[in-house]
Formats: sequence, structure tokens, C-alpha cells
Amino acid sequence: MKIGVLALQGAFIEHIKMLRSLGAAAVEVRLPQDLDDLDGLIIPGGESTTIGKLAVQYGLMEPLRSFAAERPVWGTCAGMIFMAREIGLDQPLLGVMDIVVERNAFGRQIDSFEVDLMIDGIAESDRPFPAVFIRAPRLIAVGRHGQVLARLADGTAVAAREGQWLVTSFHPELSDDGRLHQYFMHMVEAQKVAV
Amino acid sequence: MTQENGRQGDKNVVGSFKVKAGLAQMLKGGVIMDVVTPEQAVIAEEAGAVAVMALERVPADIRVQGGVARMSDPGMIKEIIDAVSIPVMAKARIGHFVEAQILEAIGVDYVDESEVLTPADEVYHINKHDFKVPFVCGCRNLGEALRRVGEGAAMIRTKGEAGTGDVVEAVRHARTVLGDIRRLQLMPDEELMTFAKNIGAPYELVKQTKELGRLPVVNFAAGGIATPADAALMMQIGVDGVFVGSGIFKSGNPASRAKAIVEATTHFKNAEILARVSENLGEPMVGINVSSLPEEEHLAVRGW
Repeated sequence: MKIGVLALQGAFIEHIKMLRSLGAAAVEVRLPQDLDDLDGLIIPGGESTTIGKLAVQYGLMEPLRSFAAERPVWGTCAGMIFMAREIGLDQPLLGVMDIVVERNAFGRQIDSFEVDLMIDGIAESDRPFPAVFIRAPRLIAVGRHGQVLARLADGTAVAAREGQWLVTSFHPELSDDGRLHQYFMHMVEAQKVAV
Repeated sequence: MTQENGRQGDKNVVGSFKVKAGLAQMLKGGVIMDVVTPEQAVIAEEAGAVAVMALERVPADIRVQGGVARMSDPGMIKEIIDAVSIPVMAKARIGHFVEAQILEAIGVDYVDESEVLTPADEVYHINKHDFKVPFVCGCRNLGEALRRVGEGAAMIRTKGEAGTGDVVEAVRHARTVLGDIRRLQLMPDEELMTFAKNIGAPYELVKQTKELGRLPVVNFAAGGIATPADAALMMQIGVDGVFVGSGIFKSGNPASRAKAIVEATTHFKNAEILARVSENLGEPMVGINVSSLPEEEHLAVRGW
């Protein structure tokens, strides 16, 4: 299984390390040709404006959309923003997933937080996942084909899945817990079998 | 949205070292730009900056105008915060913990305890553990970097020589830090305590650095980066991202230079892209040759 991590900017190395520790081949994606022969893609945390602008400048928008149409894609934080249909701000979006997202939804950096989160569908889902939220976005709406996988205590949705697409407001790559990466690898495996 | 799926979480914890260092993780591979007005901040964001450093005078002007350089007007920093969606950093003087308290109170995302401003304390730095806002600090070598991390810095930048446009000190400091780490990795464990003593760094952090093979926090380069090639040079030497201070808005065409430096930082190993983005950028900032700078005008020596 070969999974790419969009490496335009942000915390891509942490994703690659986590994937490799779980036995997947992981490569950096900077240009359209880097998407060839990948089974899945992670769009990491970083600054969504920076990632979006670089994706436009280097001709990645359409290749990423066609990739996402067929194969699993997981967006964490900035990656979730980038995959959203609507965010209410003027910046480049892939718009592949039917979700509405609010950027910086919890405030500024001093409001960034850690929390133990219950996540549906991951291994040992009765054990909380240590989630790190950094100037994080939140899900305002999830389309009717999507499913919310985790919420904060106040009900705010922070993880969702729609078919081969997965999004999380937080940064599993910063936690020493590989269960979400494993979950995504299962999605990639299932899609490979289906194709 | 329906509430029936997705179980609910626990209580939130703010201000932990994990979330402070985590923001720096998200800035990696990016360019942080000095800006003095909201208009410049918007240009920086448009060009793809991952964050802006809000200040009243860029280091090049501080050099020319002299006088005491202090924290910027909080009103002006707030205008910049309102102008952009990316993180906003601001500088406090070394040891001036009240300036840092003010910056935290107005919602700055990162405080730079900076040698570019006139130090407020010539012995002690700020106890950065006391704050919920994260700090970035400058260093010239591994000992200085780990002392700052020991005080609570969640991000490090090599100092270089700010406001010169001469990359030589940025290279020297990055090579020194990274070289110190490579030496440390080859050291048997019985030598670590003496090494820690000799470089004046906390033993536990020395041990951790050896185990990680890198600094325990994100490390950017700063001080003298003026061209896309300079940024890519620092990335190839092994830093996690770059600060560009005077280099952008003291150049002939800030918008295109800013964009080119962002692209060079992402594609730092791709010489064809570097060649293309380096074309037709107009005049770079004039620059001061660091070797011609009198000793007392060196900013990098500030910090203890």
C-alpha cells in the first residue's frame, strides 16, 4: 500500500513517519506527477491559505480532484478546510466533500487545546483518542451522505467520513496513537480491493 | 446538522506545551514575513506566508534609525490581527515579560522574544512556561537553543544577523546548531553530562535531542534571508522553515518576491523551479555586508 502526503507546507513529515511505523509506504507529493500510482492521499495540517495557493500555482487542483474522485483522501485541520465544499472565505478549495467548515472556529492560538475524544469506527473505540486542536476548524454541516465520527463535549462535530473521504479538525499526526492512521489505511485497502 | 451520530468528548485543556509546540509544527515548510502595516500583512498572506510578524520597524530600519527598539503599539498589532486569517506573531524585548503579557492579552498567536529589539534584561530571559501563548526565541548554537527550550520556548529560530540581507550569519548559526546535534548523536551516553555542562544546556534536553536527532521543537532560520535561493539554501542545510524580515518589504517588488520565496521554500530541492521563481524579481534589498559591521552593531550577540 502506497500513500502520499501532500507536502506543499505543514506537518507532512509526522504523517509520513506514522504511516511508515504502521507498515505503509509513504511518499511526499509536491507536483501532479507525484500522484501517479498512489493508493491514497493525506492532506496535512498547515496553513490552508498557503497550501491552497501553492496547489493552484503548481497545477494540482484538477489532478487532486480526479484523484479524490476515485481514491481515499484524508484531510487533517488545514486538509479538512481544503477538502470542504464551503468555508465562507475566498481561498482555493478542492470542494470534493459535502461539508461546510468554519476556519479558526475556536479562537486564536491561546484557545488551542487538547482533549480526549471518543471516535466511532477506530480500533478499541471505547478508549479515547488524544486529540490536539491547533487554531482548529470545525464542521458546521455534513451532507446527507456523510457521517460524523466524533464530537466535542458541547456537540461540535470534529471528524466525519463520506465514502472514501475522511476529515478531522485535529492532528492525529501529533499524537502517539496510530488508530486513525490505521483506520485510513483500512479505507485505502478496502478501496483497492473494490477497484 | 443532526446530533445522533458521533459520541461526545471530554473537557478541553488549553495552553499545554503540546499545543504551543504544535502550532510551530503547522508552520513548517513555510515562510514567516515581517510586516509593518495591515496592507503589508494582506500582501504577505496573498503571497502564501504561513504567518506574519507584526512590528513597527523592520530590522533594517531599526539599524538605520537607532534608539531603543521596543514592543510595537498594540493597536497596530490588533489591526494586523484583524486584517489576516493566518497566525500573527509579535516581538517582545528579551526579558520583558510585561510586554509579553500585553501581547498575550491582545491575542497574538506567537511571541518572539527577540534580540532585534533592545534587551530589557541583560541576565535573564522570560519564563515562558508562565504563558499560554507560545514563544519563539533566537539562538546561535545548540546550548542557547536548549536553554531557551528549557525556559519554555516552543519554537526556535537561528538568529542570523537581522536587517542586513546578508545570509552568512544565518548559515553560520544553522550549521552550528545542526553540527552540534550531529556531534551529539555520535557521543556515548557517559559524555552527555559534561557536554551539557560545557554548552550550558539542561541535561534532560541534551539527552532528548540526542534521541530525536533534532531539536525537540521546530527550528526555523532567520536573519539575512533576502532571495528565493537564500531560503532554499537554509532549507537544504536542514531548517524547518524561514523567517524573512526586511528582505521582502525593503525590496523593489515585495509581492512577487514574497511569492517567489514561498515557492522556493516548498520546492527547495528542485533547481528548475528555483531558477524559474528567481527570474525578474527586481531589486533585492540593498543589504549590509556583515563582515563590515562594527562589533557593537551585531544583534545576534544579544541573548544569554
